[in-house]
Amino acid sequence: MAGIVGYGAYIPRNRIKAEEIARQWGKDPETIRRGLLLEEKSVPGLDEDTITISVAAGRSAIARAGIAPAKIGAVYIGSESHPYAVKPSGTALIEALGIAPEVHVADFEFACKAGTEAMFVSLGLVESGRVEYAMGIGADTSQGAPNDALEFSASAGGAAYLFGRENLLAEVLETYSFTTDTPDFWRREGQFYPRHGGRFTGEPAYFKHVESATRAILKKSGFKPADFRYVVFHMPNGKFPLQAARTLGFSKEQMATGWVVNTMGNTYSGSSPTGLAAILDVAAPGDLILITSFGSGAGSDSFVLKATKLLPERRALAPTVRSMLDGPRRYLTYGEYAKFREKIILND
Amino acid sequence: MPSPRNWREIPARYRLEAARCRGCGKVVYPARRACPACRGQEFEKTMLSWKGKVVTSTVVQVAPTEFQMEAPYAVAIVETPEGARLMTQVVDCDPGAVQPGMEVALVFRLIRREGHGGILCYGFKAVPAA
Ligand SMILES: [Zn+2]
Repeated sequence: MAGIVGYGAYIPRNRIKAEEIARQWGKDPETIRRGLLLEEKSVPGLDEDTITISVAAGRSAIARAGIAPAKIGAVYIGSESHPYAVKPSGTALIEALGIAPEVHVADFEFACKAGTEAMFVSLGLVESGRVEYAMGIGADTSQGAPNDALEFSASAGGAAYLFGRENLLAEVLETYSFTTDTPDFWRREGQFYPRHGGRFTGEPAYFKHVESATRAILKKSGFKPADFRYVVFHMPNGKFPLQAARTLGFSKEQMATGWVVNTMGNTYSGSSPTGLAAILDVAAPGDLILITSFGSGAGSDSFVLKATKLLPERRALAPTVRSMLDGPRRYLTYGEYAKFREKIILND
Repeated sequence: MPSPRNWREIPARYRLEAARCRGCGKVVYPARRACPACRGQEFEKTMLSWKGKVVTSTVVQVAPTEFQMEAPYAVAIVETPEGARLMTQVVDCDPGAVQPGMEVALVFRLIRREGHGGILCYGFKAVPAA
């Protein structure tokens, strides 16, 4: 059986509080806190991007797997903020992690779903026997337009998953994908900030896809909501995943560990994969785990995983999500944030 | 134009590839022709650990044009457990807080952009150990 042999996450140390953004635009911080359930979010430094985040997460994944990097036969980075429009993010990563040159590399895009997409393809290649190990990464340094609701959530971070067939940390028991053409969120080539389709973002987009994919994978796998110890859904804000969980019959306790959005923000392609990493950081052998991503455009990928006996000793080999969320942090003013996110126009 | 030097230095800058002298065991970074300790000329490839200790540091207030947005920032000599010494920026902290003896982690970061539409040059920097 194929599954996860290594995983790692990375969250930048810079943060901005929802309150600080609200103050800038004359909004009520309590409305954001209670309405969207967002306290603060991560912000990339001037020297951090999808490539550096992917390298940090990938390094931890390799450390936990304990394999020679050159054995990795495929690397896919899913992101909507690849630093280059033309030139892959993955090429720098395979050099940095010592994977090059015998490796298949591609960058994936599918709004916030690109990370689980990279995981899905990596798993398939390993299952087919085409490669021994494959790495799927979801990472983003996403931007919300100033004074847009997205500015409270769009953050930076990512997670990497290394798939193989031996020494698994988590078995993949089932997968499922659900995709339709839905205009809920997009960014045209050459536009700096994304746009969203107002009433298209909730019911016909997020909820329809997350709920359809989750219901289908439950049916396909034969499990009931109560069988799972941990559940994570894509986290565009704090509220949506909890609402989807209620509709589907999952409890707050099942959601709590993976629901890291209140202090991390929405790391787009890294969102549900980082939630999953937070779960693997604490799961016990035998625990069943469900993850459903969501990407605008729109689609959802679902995975049913089962933690193995090897997981507890291996997770100690790299930093946990919680240690990065609660560890060394630097809080920015809105002015510093605007500079870090290059929202200020400068002369060349 | 992308600088050929940056591309040539990828193994050292991206992966911390260094050389260990076969004569006396000294680890030199970046690799060079002769060992500074014993003048030996035979080396084997070795990888530095992604951590170290600050030996000495300074705060750059007036930065070269390319790094103006980052000033003020700390630059330090960091010694890895292998004994190699690297000059690097120390980031993600108050630059004044960087002191000799401080434990750091080495991380992969964007070092500079070659102008507005040019290539992105990556390498390592130091951050305070978590
Ligand atoms: Zn020597």
